[in-house]
Amino acid sequence: MALPSCQQCALRRALCSTTVPTRHCRAAAIRGYLTAARIDTTGLLTGDPAFNYQEHELNERLKRLYPAVNEEETPLPRSWSPKDKYSYIGLSQNNLRVHYKGHGKNHKDAASVRATHPIPAACGIYYFEVKIVSKGRDGYMGIGLSAQGINLIPHHKPPDGHSFCSSGTGQPYGPTFTTGDVIGCCVNLINNTCFYTKNGHSLGNNLMKNDLRPNLYPTVGLQTPGEIVDANFGQQPFVFDIEDYMSEWRAKIHSMIARFPIGERLGDWQSVLQNMVSSYLVHHGYCATAMAFSRATETMIQEDQTSIKNRQRIQKLVLAGRVGEAIDATQQLYPGLLEHNPNLLFMLKCRQFVEMVNGTDSEVRCFSVHSPKSQDSYPGSPNLSPRHGATNAHLHNTGADSPTCSNGVTPTNKNKSHNKYTGVSSASSSPSSSPSSVNYSESNSTDSTKSQHHSATSNQETSDSEMEIEAEHYSNGVTESSTRIMNGTYKHQEILQADDSSVGNGVADDSCSSRQLCGGNQAATERMIQFGRELQALSEQLCRQYGKNATHKKMLQDAFSLLAYSDPWNCPVGQQLDPMQREAICSALNSAILESQNLPKQPPLMLALGQATECVQLMARVRSGSCSFARVDNFLH
Amino acid sequence: MMACLLEAPLRISVLSEVTATSRHYVDRLFDPDPQNVLQGVIDMKNAVIGNNRQKANLIVLGAVPRLLYLLQQSSSSLELRTECAVVLGSLAMGTENNIKSLVDCHIIPALLQGLLCSDLIFIEACLRCLRTVFISPVTPVQLLYTDPTVIPHLMSLLSLSQHTQEYITQIFAHCCKTPEHQTVLFNHGAIQNIAPLLISPSYKVRMQALKCFSVLAYENAQVSMTLVNVLVDGEQLSQVFVRMMQRDKPIEMQLTAAKCLTYMCRAGAIRTDDNCIVLKTLPCLVRMCSKERLLEERVEGAETLAYLMEPDIELQRIASVTDHLVSMLADYFKYPSSVSAITDIKRLDHDLKHAHELRQAAFKLYASLGSNDEDIRKKITETENMMDRIVSGLSESSIKVRLAAVRCLHSLSRSVQQLRTSFHDHAVWKPLMKLLQNAPDEVLVMASSTLCNLLLEFSPSKEPILESGVIELLCSLTQSDSPALRVNGIWALMNMAFQADQKVKVEIVQALGTEQLFRLLSDPDTNVLMKTLGLLRNLLSTRPHTDMSSHGKQIMQAVTLILEGEHSIEVKEQTLCILANIADGNTAKELIMTNDDMLQKIKYYMGHSNVKLQLAATFCISNLIWNEEDGSQERQDKLREMGFVDILHKLTQASDPNLCDRAKKAMQQYLA
Repeated sequence: MALPSCQQCALRRALCSTTVPTRHCRAAAIRGYLTAARIDTTGLLTGDPAFNYQEHELNERLKRLYPAVNEEETPLPRSWSPKDKYSYIGLSQNNLRVHYKGHGKNHKDAASVRATHPIPAACGIYYFEVKIVSKGRDGYMGIGLSAQGINLIPHHKPPDGHSFCSSGTGQPYGPTFTTGDVIGCCVNLINNTCFYTKNGHSLGNNLMKNDLRPNLYPTVGLQTPGEIVDANFGQQPFVFDIEDYMSEWRAKIHSMIARFPIGERLGDWQSVLQNMVSSYLVHHGYCATAMAFSRATETMIQEDQTSIKNRQRIQKLVLAGRVGEAIDATQQLYPGLLEHNPNLLFMLKCRQFVEMVNGTDSEVRCFSVHSPKSQDSYPGSPNLSPRHGATNAHLHNTGADSPTCSNGVTPTNKNKSHNKYTGVSSASSSPSSSPSSVNYSESNSTDSTKSQHHSATSNQETSDSEMEIEAEHYSNGVTESSTRIMNGTYKHQEILQADDSSVGNGVADDSCSSRQLCGGNQAATERMIQFGRELQALSEQLCRQYGKNATHKKMLQDAFSLLAYSDPWNCPVGQQLDPMQREAICSALNSAILESQNLPKQPPLMLALGQATECVQLMARVRSGSCSFARVDNFLH
Repeated sequence: MMACLLEAPLRISVLSEVTATSRHYVDRLFDPDPQNVLQGVIDMKNAVIGNNRQKANLIVLGAVPRLLYLLQQSSSSLELRTECAVVLGSLAMGTENNIKSLVDCHIIPALLQGLLCSDLIFIEACLRCLRTVFISPVTPVQLLYTDPTVIPHLMSLLSLSQHTQEYITQIFAHCCKTPEHQTVLFNHGAIQNIAPLLISPSYKVRMQALKCFSVLAYENAQVSMTLVNVLVDGEQLSQVFVRMMQRDKPIEMQLTAAKCLTYMCRAGAIRTDDNCIVLKTLPCLVRMCSKERLLEERVEGAETLAYLMEPDIELQRIASVTDHLVSMLADYFKYPSSVSAITDIKRLDHDLKHAHELRQAAFKLYASLGSNDEDIRKKITETENMMDRIVSGLSESSIKVRLAAVRCLHSLSRSVQQLRTSFHDHAVWKPLMKLLQNAPDEVLVMASSTLCNLLLEFSPSKEPILESGVIELLCSLTQSDSPALRVNGIWALMNMAFQADQKVKVEIVQALGTEQLFRLLSDPDTNVLMKTLGLLRNLLSTRPHTDMSSHGKQIMQAVTLILEGEHSIEVKEQTLCILANIADGNTAKELIMTNDDMLQKIKYYMGHSNVKLQLAATFCISNLIWNEEDGSQERQDKLREMGFVDILHKLTQASDPNLCDRAKKAMQQYLA
């Protein structure tokens, strides 16, 4: 039997609390608020460990259930709102318990309360439960959802022989409930349904009306004295297995994505994917891998091979902390580029200064012959292309290179033989002077000889810098690096670790030896101070030319601040010395070069990824629930 | 006509051409050079793949015996023997006729023999072929059990590889059809051997292992009891099944795991209030009934759910409110849908094929849902067109649907309210009567059982049924070989005789005949005996009907027979009640009073240790000495002489209040 219609109306009206701002209600609302506040304080004063534990469990559960929700933007409901309620409603127990305190003489005395926040769409699927602590005198209770200002989907359930009423239609719905029962309410924002549960059993789906979808609040309505209900917004395990229900939808959405029809364009699809991969490899200068890939897939590479290698070289220099050389190489290979990008140049110079402090820039490295350990910057070097570090030493043949400059990994006795090679190649590739030096990495790679390296470290490390290697070697490089790319971009941590292990003891030594300013060399320090003055001058010049630039000022200040501390690595601005900081400037430089060549400054793969991520966030904002199960990181392994 | 004439020779020539190439393949099997034979078998393998006509040709041309010969020959190379098994497996993949031919050539013993070889590749090829043969409906499953060494050997092969695991479990799952099969497999350690496969990395192996457990546990308490105690990787088997029912698992897996738990529950190994049943299995099966599932899955889901909750009212109550199950089932009747008929022949065909299955499954589930709870029955009958659907289901061509429909009707007929309202409104008795005319026993049992309820005194259908000549039908049921039908027949007659008018009672007695009545009174089935006594009571009750002079003697004989025989308290009580009824009749009284033997018996039962019998016997005496009737004085005197007053006096001191009361009332007759 359904409720008499007048009662239904009353309850529905009652649940729609915000629409009734009578003076009486407001006063009562404040009283209710105070009551709740007092209880809260008591809880805090006693430092109830159970409460803290519950709070912790709540946070854990909410994070697990709704990983896509950004609570800074859209907080999740965690309790009933002491403000958004009728005067006849009393709250207690951290605003989780609701009791009726009116007369309950007739349906006009019905009252309701909403949760503190509406259900965020990024939940995808949202669930809460209410336990009927006491059905009170008549048990006229409603549990459900309501929208702000609009009428709700009241689920009324008078326990004694009456039934639920579903929204609008007034149709009797579901079984009766009574003291001790746990009633749950689930909102599925993917297919826009909601369903109720009783003691862990789903009572079946109902469609939601369109106008009810935005900003639904968990709501309860009570009408007779003695009615008490407790909410569970995740404070405790749910009786209904909501995670199982979610897993079904996650699987559904994942298979929907996996089976997304690409129609007749299968061929196009493949070539699009190939181009994505290829352009990504090219962008980051994985030259050999990119070549092998294009050969295997018969795709074209837009950019000239030499150009890719040049970029690769410059990037490696930056990542190795040898910014001065990077600037030189850039100026030489791409004349005018830095002149047209004074900001970029300034950033590079600032970085160069920092690297001088670090003792890694070649302008100071050349002074410090005696402490190879502290010079060794490679082990910790960040890499867009991981593990380049190990081979870097053989690439740059600036005339000033001393044998000790080579990678710390290489045993000293081998340095001699290396040096021979280097000597040979450096003749053909003397830096900055020779116009043909564009090719010097190639000539150098004829000393691909680093067969010791081949065996000592894993072979892909060298394959990037080496050109002419057997085909099988390439194919190996392709598969290896394709997995690495993802890592390389998103999980620096991992790469660093990988680097560490590949370079081994170099790092261990590095971490225990005390680092010194400019490698501890007096001459180097003087050079650094001088460079600092030049940098200051450049800043002033830029200021005159383009006006004040707060970013520059800050950058400069931060860099110079390093000198104010006896141990710059352990000072408030010491973060700058972290090799990781090279990555941003490295990719900025790379993008600038590409842009100057009329190539995209971002690889399409990254663009697509960014778009997808943005798109998912947008879905949350336009309240498309499936976003919660279509997260980009689910697909990045 | 012209076309036909032209085409016929053409077809023959094509056929002969094909046969010629096929013959060539067969001929090569007889080549003296073993290398050529091997190449011939490999070529044959490539030729038959996916080519059913080629397969049929080769079978007709006698390739199978030769292949089997080569396979069994120890002089053949392992490679050759393996290729032979592969070709045979390929032939088995064809039509059912292919399978029949292969089985006729004794392929099964040959392949089973091959399993004794030590080479894994060869074993796998043999198993693959055996699997294909055994899962065919035309292969007699008994062939797996004829040689008692086969099952233990298969068990030992389970550890060899994922392939052997997949094929062997699939064979077991298909060939376990009877309790005997279950016992054989159980005794050879099926549970211990197969349980670890439930966590195999291969989905196919996991799935087949799961299917094995579902067929092993079905209605088998021994297997089920063992299963609950099995641990797989430290986890209870029931929990492994619960994990397999998770909603992101493949539907097939969820459904089969739910079946396993259902069977274990019904076999008494898991309580019906266990969380794994209430919160997992039941909701999983309800989900299987949803519109999103395939028609086959919906059928299986509904049947399994019906079976699960049949004996448990709490499960019925939960299911009835879960996911709108009652209205969800109404969709089962909407196939083929009007849309499919127009738009898509293939879909129409598919729908038609499953329409009967869907309907019977829905009826079964409704029957199970409504078997105990009045509210659920009301909900079912209020479902759209429900009664009409049952009525038309009763006269469907498919026996399965008729049976399920009548089961459903029977379940609903337990409701007094439904009998009074919807049953009468829809005149369900008509199709029911029709169904009773000519139906197999299993339908008859259900239909007659339903009829019993429709003949209850308050049922408005009782009158029209009586008029439709049901008595003859029921009397013939009492002569059935099936005890269930005899019970239902006599039960219906008993209900019919309750407070009926004289005309009906006479009709019943005449139609049944004294002879049949006596036969029923000596029926080996106690239920039949009880209902017959009940019928007698109903026939004799109310005074005007009691004096059935024509049968008086026979009835007294029957009563004596039963009171002297080895019968339960209930039977004797019922008999004494009949005697009490007789004692109430004007002329019938004399039948007792003139029978001293009977009076001694009554005396004996008045002093019996069982209060019920004492009470019934006292009733009898009380009727005999009732004051207001003719000749009561004589009867009182005679009975006093026989010592009844002393007994009555003693009984007034009885601890049982009813008995004491009854004895006092009887004593008052003397005082008055």
